Amino acid sequence: MSAPTGAPEGVRVGVVPAAGGKRRVQVCAGTACVFAGSMKMVDAFEHEIAEAGLADQVEVAIIGCHGLCSQGPLAVVSGDETYYPKLKAKDVKRIVAEHLVGGAVVSDLLYVEPGSGERIACWHDIPFYAQQKRIALRDVGIIHPERIDEYIARGGYDAARTVVTGKTPEWVVDEVLSSGIRGRGGAGFPTGQKWKFAAASKSDQKYLICNGDEGDPGAFMDASIMDGDPHAVIEGMIIGSFAIGARDGYIYVRAEYPLAVRRLRLAIAAAEEHGFLGDHVFGSDWSFHLKIKEGAGAFVCGEETALMASIEGRRGMPRPRPPFPAVSGLWGKPTNINNVETYANIPWIITHGAAAYAALGTEKSRGTKAFSLAGKVVNGGLAEVPIGSTIREMIYGVGGGIKDGREFKAVQLGGPSGGCVPAALIDTPIDYESLAATGAIMGSGGMVVADDQTCMVDLARYFLQFTQNESCGKCVPCRLGTKRMLEILERITAGEGEDGDIERLEKLAVTIKRTSLCGLGQTAPNPVLTTIRYFRHEYEAHIYKGACPARACSALITYHIDAETCTGCMLCAKKCPVGAISGERKQPHTIDLAACTKCDTCRQVCRFEAVQRLTGDERAALGVVADA
Amino acid sequence: MPRRVTDSQGPAGAAAPELDLSEVRRVVGEIDPHGNLIAVLQHVQAHYGYLPEPVVNEIARLSGVPASRIYGIVTFYAQFSTEPSGRHKVYVCHGTACHVAGAPRITEALEQELGVADGGTTPDMSFTLDSVACMGACSQAPVMRIDADTFGNLTPDTTRKYILDVLAELGLSAGDLRGDGASDEGAAGDAAAGGGGAR
Repeated sequence: MSAPTGAPEGVRVGVVPAAGGKRRVQVCAGTACVFAGSMKMVDAFEHEIAEAGLADQVEVAIIGCHGLCSQGPLAVVSGDETYYPKLKAKDVKRIVAEHLVGGAVVSDLLYVEPGSGERIACWHDIPFYAQQKRIALRDVGIIHPERIDEYIARGGYDAARTVVTGKTPEWVVDEVLSSGIRGRGGAGFPTGQKWKFAAASKSDQKYLICNGDEGDPGAFMDASIMDGDPHAVIEGMIIGSFAIGARDGYIYVRAEYPLAVRRLRLAIAAAEEHGFLGDHVFGSDWSFHLKIKEGAGAFVCGEETALMASIEGRRGMPRPRPPFPAVSGLWGKPTNINNVETYANIPWIITHGAAAYAALGTEKSRGTKAFSLAGKVVNGGLAEVPIGSTIREMIYGVGGGIKDGREFKAVQLGGPSGGCVPAALIDTPIDYESLAATGAIMGSGGMVVADDQTCMVDLARYFLQFTQNESCGKCVPCRLGTKRMLEILERITAGEGEDGDIERLEKLAVTIKRTSLCGLGQTAPNPVLTTIRYFRHEYEAHIYKGACPARACSALITYHIDAETCTGCMLCAKKCPVGAISGERKQPHTIDLAACTKCDTCRQVCRFEAVQRLTGDERAALGVVADA
Repeated sequence: MPRRVTDSQGPAGAAAPELDLSEVRRVVGEIDPHGNLIAVLQHVQAHYGYLPEPVVNEIARLSGVPASRIYGIVTFYAQFSTEPSGRHKVYVCHGTACHVAGAPRITEALEQELGVADGGTTPDMSFTLDSVACMGACSQAPVMRIDADTFGNLTPDTTRKYILDVLAELGLSAGDLRGDGASDEGAAGDAAAGGGGAR
């Protein structure tokens, strides 16, 4: 938005000057950082800065998700953009004394790049950030999300003003069409096409909806945009409303995102005050009224027809299409629905031109995509890369590789509707077509990395449990089919799998995909199908050998203390919550298998790797009685 | 903080005396239930802590929307509950990242320490343990929330420590949670004195 000409990387520009030219310490208040204790760091900075007598020179500000969530809680000192990760209260004291007062970067508190061990001061130089291209996330983690002035200072609302006061709706639709942007919610339908259809519908009343019902577990891109840069969504919606001719809009926000609701409310109020929303926006003839609808906790409401039913105050159940929302949507009126990230991209496209956006990505998938990278990866967090980047670039480049030096096994893309791509396909480009060919989907952008300790059968069971639980029950294939599939998977992971189970799963999966009413059912079998496709041997090990190769399924493992390695330090015995471990000091310990609850505590606390998980034949070979 | 009416059903399931339904009337007067039923239920539940039968019936009576339709919505969405929950809420994240990082074992540890199954409430109504789909704090997985406090990078061991610390802070023992450490009268007295009308 405010990027000076010739500076493509949105992240590299725009240190926001604090009010009154103050220096600023920015503390990340994204969800993961809050869990890691960032709000205590805000208090600590405020306290220490006041103590140091710097209160009139340095301001402490919160920012939305800065991106590198694994390093939270984290703070950035403005000016030199020094990055301080994994903060503790005592670090804050030193940063204030040494950096803010003394003027010297506290080098031993800087970020350490895994692998090279290099300490990096400025966050722009950290590979996690340097390898990104941020468009939808351009302001997330940069501006104070509750201050409209900071959004405006970076060029915010220029695009909407330009469009509403000087362009025609046709021009906007054409621009969005030629940018090539596709819906970022998962299905990837061309946004420009959608707008064209909605614009063509004749009606006295049309609606524009933002789908903020981000329900995929392991995905938090939309949450980060809504609570980190709410104005970008609002501005994208103003442009969309003008393009299709909708004077009323709703942002439907997932019930579990109270912070997003709060920030969006503040942002809408501020935009109304500035005359950007409401009647005569930007002093023009155009009017756009925007409201928030809070979801009430139903995954299926991410499906557009279910979402509209929910806005109307009904059970969120999908209905067959056609008619499509562009013809008959909310309250029976023509309606356009796009995802949060899609809208957040629009102002950038208008400002920089469709060609600049279309220059990124691949032939069929233009632009960039935001991902939430999580699981067994070193640098997890929020990352936006050009579409077409490979899985390898994402996991090893941006993500810094696999945690604890373990082996990369697979990456789960697209949540419950998606699939697992195995390590062998690590050079697959991340675009709609290439991923579809693997059996996975681009999806909304959840990317969960699995290592050799992740059981793929259990992961499939996990997703089926989720979709089965969230199936609305309207159509039979989804309601009953997912239940039957789940039952089979539960049996397999419990060590009670039977010959023919894999084939039964495949048959059910194909039927459910073909015959379900909505996207939830049509995609629910994907996690099972992809894991069978790439990890059939794991299913077979469970069924035919009573073994879980990842040693994760508790019914198929037995805890055992290796007498050779055990030093008799007694720590596991002390930590065992059920008193199942006994042994004399400096003597090998043993586990009472009848009492063991397999909570894994002993293995986690053991400093000598003496606690083992035996599975399959190993149990019998070591004379351990299988208790499953 | 959801506030529950005084004199709701006690743990023993004693007959509930008359509920004060004035809040239902206020909300229905402010938000038209036709087309906004979800918002009405959200506001009403925020006040009562859950949606007991008399409350649903009152919304139906005032709005003319059949109670069956209201129940259709209440039972569809995860946010709504027809059962009262504990004064303190422990939510364990079971998103994908938390699952692969061992969330099931975190829930098991809490089930053991609180003596209640996932989704349940302790007999003394002090704690409700529940699972949620994804809190969006995937890089700190596994994570949990105890009321407004958040905890990340959990192991079963640290989870036990955190919950025991919270219990100690509240002066509660495992016996209290089961409802056999103190008599019902004692628990009720405690709530009236220090619970801020939470029960």
